[in-house]
Amino acid sequence: MAMPVAAMSRLAWRNLWRNYRRTVIMLLAIALGVWAMIFMTALMRGMVDDMVQQGIVALPGHVQVHAEAYRDDPSITHSLPAPGKAMLEVLESRQVIAWSSRIKVPAMISSEYENRGISLLGIDPEGELALGFDPDDIVAGQFLTDAGDGGVVIGRKLAERLETRLGKRVVVMSQDPGNTIADRGFRIVGIFKAELENREETIVYAGRDVVQAMLRVGNDVSEIAVLGHDYRTPEKLAADLGDAAAGFEVLSWLELDPYLSTMMKVMDGFVLVWMVVIFLALSFGLVNTLMMAIFERVREIGLMRALGMRPSAIVYEILVESLMLLALGLLLGNVLAVSTIIPLKSGIDVSVVAEGMEMMGASSMLYPVLQWPDVLLANAVVIVLGILTSLLPAWRASQYRPVEALARN
Amino acid sequence: MTTKRQRDSAFGLSLRLAWRNIWRQKRRTWLTALAMVFSNVLLVFMISLQLGSYDMMINTTLRMFSGQVQVQRVGYQDEQKMRQDIAGVGELASTIRSRFPAASVAARANAFVLLSSEDRSFGTQVVGVEPDFEAGVSTIPGLVADGRFLQDPGAAEIVIGGVMARNLKVAVGDELTFLGSGKDGSFAAGVLTVVGIFNSGSSDLDRSLAEVPLGYFQDAFAMGGSGHIIAISTAELGGIADLMESLRAIIAGGDELVALDWEALTPGLKQAIQADFTSAWFMYAVLIILVAFSVLNTQLMSVLERTREFGVIMALGIKPRRLALLVLLETFLMALIGLVIGVLLGAVVAGYFGFAGFAYPGMDELAAKFNMPSVIYPSVGPVSLMLGPTVVFIFCLFAAIYPAVKLYGLKPVEAMRAV
Repeated sequence: MAMPVAAMSRLAWRNLWRNYRRTVIMLLAIALGVWAMIFMTALMRGMVDDMVQQGIVALPGHVQVHAEAYRDDPSITHSLPAPGKAMLEVLESRQVIAWSSRIKVPAMISSEYENRGISLLGIDPEGELALGFDPDDIVAGQFLTDAGDGGVVIGRKLAERLETRLGKRVVVMSQDPGNTIADRGFRIVGIFKAELENREETIVYAGRDVVQAMLRVGNDVSEIAVLGHDYRTPEKLAADLGDAAAGFEVLSWLELDPYLSTMMKVMDGFVLVWMVVIFLALSFGLVNTLMMAIFERVREIGLMRALGMRPSAIVYEILVESLMLLALGLLLGNVLAVSTIIPLKSGIDVSVVAEGMEMMGASSMLYPVLQWPDVLLANAVVIVLGILTSLLPAWRASQYRPVEALARN
Repeated sequence: MTTKRQRDSAFGLSLRLAWRNIWRQKRRTWLTALAMVFSNVLLVFMISLQLGSYDMMINTTLRMFSGQVQVQRVGYQDEQKMRQDIAGVGELASTIRSRFPAASVAARANAFVLLSSEDRSFGTQVVGVEPDFEAGVSTIPGLVADGRFLQDPGAAEIVIGGVMARNLKVAVGDELTFLGSGKDGSFAAGVLTVVGIFNSGSSDLDRSLAEVPLGYFQDAFAMGGSGHIIAISTAELGGIADLMESLRAIIAGGDELVALDWEALTPGLKQAIQADFTSAWFMYAVLIILVAFSVLNTQLMSVLERTREFGVIMALGIKPRRLALLVLLETFLMALIGLVIGVLLGAVVAGYFGFAGFAYPGMDELAAKFNMPSVIYPSVGPVSLMLGPTVVFIFCLFAAIYPAVKLYGLKPVEAMRAV
């Protein structure tokens, strides 16, 4: 005798609420578990996203072109010429949002009181802004006006360390390709702030043309930074540029910053592990609840069997019951998760541990990021593993012998 | 009036009753206990892993270079200006050394210079160190892979990191020139012979650390007898608090000196640990609450299904308080089973990895960022073993309060009629 689905569902639904306390407690547990899965994942995604975005702004760009030996030995001798025709074709194509060629060499900066080792960046301000430099980060003065600007923009922390300020002069020393010391005086025209203190201390922006003249390198640069559309998929852009820039090293940020790309990869694995662990903690309660529900109804199940219900129908009924419980818990958990994440969209202030976050490469605001694939994954984990876990109690229930079950008290 | 003996035997009876009660539903009890065991094992493992990795982070960072405690001029930690110096740094270091024979004490001075070889120039920091004492506070002298560490306090010699040597394209025996300014703003320059190259494994230090003898440093940078830092390390970590206390007394008379411990020296490290610990506890809390729900459900069911039984007992004159205690005692026993098995299993798992080391794919890259080896050895100790399981235990007892309290509302006559 096959029972119609509607009747079966009604039976399961009523059974579920026969002991409403037990069901409510289990529902709360599932909801809490699902909430934790989604909420925690959103926080971690937010942190990693933030780290990656910061990393890309710092790099900058999704793909960079260097001379082969530059990354191992970032000296001005390992430079590359301005992009040729083949490269320009890719750089001006639609897959590129912005690009800029820059000089980046180790240098020393001196004020009248102090010296510091720095990274001297010879940039084209227009390109730098397009690559993601935020003009709001300039806290005093202004950003460079063009590649021929004779001023420098230094970080807030560096200005403090050098005991200097806007409008003062500093001397920057580096070496030219012949290893002669090249130095030049600059006026500080702007001071910038950065999320990561380390940037404030070590990055100095100067006009590209000025730096090229100072280092006597003609039109050569250290790197070409290229911004694509999606940081998640820089491979195509890197491959196209690689074809166009034969003889040079073309790498995406995934390779340029192994810490970040590993972080992103590890995070995917971690999200899944976290969800499964939470589910396992839930599963004991789930099995227990179902076991108890069945145990109380042994006689009833015996009667149904005696009346001709197949064991498969018993399994089916209990699975439907479990499915209803899981679905309700999921609904509650999802609503709870979304309604706690949305109010936090504007960020959670974790500046108490700002320096610790900086060490990990993250900023002191945490923005939860709700990704639908993660929500889907959480729901899938609960439903699939939940049904699998329910199979055992359901199967056991179907194995009672009608006569013995009826005789049970 | 009940005598003590009667009370004892009453408790013994309750205990026996509780023990028997929890085994009336074997499967349910085991499932509930297993939920506790699961979370306990996980907590023991995770907490010992965390503590193990924190130990390693702190140790590698402090032992490699900074030392456990530093004496500096007030403000130097933040501003690192050359003139924020400690006058007579060598004498002060000697004083501290004679007061704490068990500790290693070494004076240092810092300056930023442009360091040039024949082919390359880099802006970097050079540190003036006392060759005789530096090895006590830093592992760098022992990590010199090529050549030797500094010996003569006045020699024009320099020891640099492997990455810096590669970048400067120099080997042991080559010469480096430096260019910077002295404490008084004067021009400071000189020629140094590379006598040693170290490989610390920390890319930061290998790239940016250069050490010269303190005596030479003081001459070259017009420092007189002064320096910037006195680094102090002791073998036993427990003695740090005492050490700090006495240090403060020693330097109290001096010109605005402070003693900084590792938390002040490396605030990033401390906060990274805090952030990690907090986020981890958020996860643990969820796990623990889920287990508590499981216990709540079990105990509530076990109370509800015994309504009739409890009705009879109450009709016989037993107070609800005794029954509530019985339910709590049952939970206590169940939680104890979960605790004991969980801690034992957890200790085995954590102990195994403590011996074999624990690593996951991708850890190389992540560990490098924090100066850590790419294998973590969980630290198994009383704290890592008991902290998590104890919290689980307490929460499980809390979970039993609601079912226990429900008993107070029980009316014997109605209860006996209940299904």
